Amino acid sequence: MEIVLSIAVMALGAIVLGAALGYAAVKFKVDGDPLVDKIEAILPQTQCGQCGYPGCKPYAEAIAKGECDINLCPPGGMEGVQRLADLLGREVKPLDAEEKPKAVAVIDENTCIGCTLCIQACPVDAIVGAAKQMHTIVASLCTGCELCLPPCPVECIRMEAIGENIDNWKWKYPVVTIKAAPAQKAA
Amino acid sequence: MLLNLFKFKGGVKPPTNKTQSVGLPIAQAPLPSKLVVPLHQSIGGTPRPVVQAGDQVLKGQLIGEADGWISAAVHAPTSGTVVEVAMHTQAHPSGLDALCVVIAPDGKDEWIARETVDYRSLTPEEVRERLQQAGVVGLGGAVFPTHGKLTPAKTVPMDELVINGAECEPFITCDDLLMRERAEEVVRGIGIFRDLLRPKKVLIGIEDNKPEAAAAMKAAVDALGEPFLVVQVPTLYPAGGAKQLIRVLTGKEVPASKRSTDLGVQCFNVATAYTAWRAIAHGEPVVSRLVTLTGNVAEPRNYEVLIGTPMDELLKLAQPHPDTDGIVMGGPMMGFLVPQPSVPVVKATNCLIAHSERLFPPKAPEMPCIRCGSCAQACPHELQPFEMYWFARAKNFGKTQEYKIFDCIECGCCSFVCPSRIPLVQYFRFAKSEIWAREREKNAADQAKARFEFKQLRDEREKAEKAEKLAKAAAAQAAKKAAEAAAAAPATDGAAPVAATPAVDVEKDAKKAAIEAAMARAKAQREAAQPKNTEALTPEQQRVAAEIEARRVAAHLIDPEPAAPPAGEKAE
Repeated sequence: MEIVLSIAVMALGAIVLGAALGYAAVKFKVDGDPLVDKIEAILPQTQCGQCGYPGCKPYAEAIAKGECDINLCPPGGMEGVQRLADLLGREVKPLDAEEKPKAVAVIDENTCIGCTLCIQACPVDAIVGAAKQMHTIVASLCTGCELCLPPCPVECIRMEAIGENIDNWKWKYPVVTIKAAPAQKAA
Repeated sequence: MLLNLFKFKGGVKPPTNKTQSVGLPIAQAPLPSKLVVPLHQSIGGTPRPVVQAGDQVLKGQLIGEADGWISAAVHAPTSGTVVEVAMHTQAHPSGLDALCVVIAPDGKDEWIARETVDYRSLTPEEVRERLQQAGVVGLGGAVFPTHGKLTPAKTVPMDELVINGAECEPFITCDDLLMRERAEEVVRGIGIFRDLLRPKKVLIGIEDNKPEAAAAMKAAVDALGEPFLVVQVPTLYPAGGAKQLIRVLTGKEVPASKRSTDLGVQCFNVATAYTAWRAIAHGEPVVSRLVTLTGNVAEPRNYEVLIGTPMDELLKLAQPHPDTDGIVMGGPMMGFLVPQPSVPVVKATNCLIAHSERLFPPKAPEMPCIRCGSCAQACPHELQPFEMYWFARAKNFGKTQEYKIFDCIECGCCSFVCPSRIPLVQYFRFAKSEIWAREREKNAADQAKARFEFKQLRDEREKAEKAEKLAKAAAAQAAKKAAEAAAAAPATDGAAPVAATPAVDVEKDAKKAAIEAAMARAKAQREAAQPKNTEALTPEQQRVAAEIEARRVAAHLIDPEPAAPPAGEKAE
């Protein structure tokens, strides 16, 4: 008799807890993969495809699935690799490409023939123009992805690095000045 | 009238060094050899240049047009010729270039037509617009466009208007001299601000080490019959910081996340009030300002200086000693060594200190933090600089924000008291600019993502729309053809339908239908054509036809039946 009772109690417990878990699974269901969103937030959103995936989201999905390395994003740079490594608990690897300074595309408006091919290639609609009309790039929207370079039949698009100017200048890490002080004294 | 003053925590008392430069009255600086006027002299948008090389300009003529609401116009400081609009090194710690208008003075110093108006006849909007057009910005050092601060909050009543004449930073005396010599116009300028903001009371805060200035302001306030209160505040650096002065005079604390108008208080510098009055009542845009020349010089004095004057040329007026090795713009606490002595004076330049190692001996090397807490005691904002220092040093910027790094006003009290001589403010500036840069990058990434997603959405929508349109057109075509075919089939007796309607080849079905219809029409035509040939024949033709028929019958080519009767007739 006792054994039956104990089995019944355990069974009841299993049913109640199972129902609770089932309810929780429905109620607290998370749509989408939160890890993908976190990875995507780190990626620079240039949508350049230099990682071999057609955009930042597919790359983020591939990283989340563990299909690819975390060092394939040149615009994100080493800092991006570092942050991905921190997020995923993976090892930091050197970037699989050369790190380039941030640049924007510039159309040589004298050469442009108005073919609209670059407009179609631009992932962020940063090129303004119409067929047989000169095109130009909205520099503030350009992500520097370079996707407009290959389709141009007259090679009138070039990349121009964004140099340091008064608006984007940053205060430097103070270590530099500390090193300078003893050197001056020695001299 | 007595006012209960409040205190802010911390603060330091560096040697004031103000007496050197207050002995002589304000002098007019002579016209320099050239004027380099930077276009971006205020917070906000960079003004667009409206002159070109070769243009003749008059004193006060617009050369840079305000770009957006938070931006202020820039004007020619004297009459002359525009030499170039080009990049020149700025009075900025970066030492980078920015767009400047270079003017060669013609020596006449000829004004444009100045309009004098009574501002009381203007609407508040017009007054604000005139201030923007005249390039009036906060001359205390932050150079925020003044018109942007003259709109009272809609929800919070404006309690106090604080006028900042504290001038707490050592060496600087330009506001002191301005209040001593031009108090009346300062008070009239405050009157404009009062009429726009309608505060319950106006408090003019002046540090108690400037009794002459306070007396002059009091006299001017009384003479004009204004109800402004001139309040002497204790001399304690940084009492002249806007937030500190608001705290001392009203007891209100303005956090970094809020604007002071949200707390019912607004603060302006005395020099801003003065330029606002000159701009509104005399039609004079901001083309000059008072600059204290002091430090390692023989003749420290305050000068009225045209904006754009090269600093080295200006400093010569004060006769710098030969061991001068640089120029500090601003005071010794918050100022910086300018990257080149020839950079131009801008609207933010309140003081130039000739730098020498005798005056400012080089700091001994930095030592490790010993956690003494002196910096936290000195901080006028009750922050914990040593904590922010750890995190800034470790580049843990999230933590620095948790410790409210953006409430730091970079006054330099912590660096001043640090026994280990740690350049704390430099660490905070570094952390702040890194955080801003990240924020910019994040915003750019978010924008790019949104635009990319929208483009994808649009591409898909366009594809779907195109496919739908094609399908619809094909269906319509097919239906049309089918209907035509159906109409054509029974009309076999129709009077000569067109031989072949050009079939519009859209889709295969449509084409097929068209072909079928055409074939149907051709068949119908053929059928209709056969009886036509034998109708209404002349007797001669009938006879010939009958003969042919008879021959065909004879040759057994066709059935004899139908041909028999004519043959029989013939036989008769």
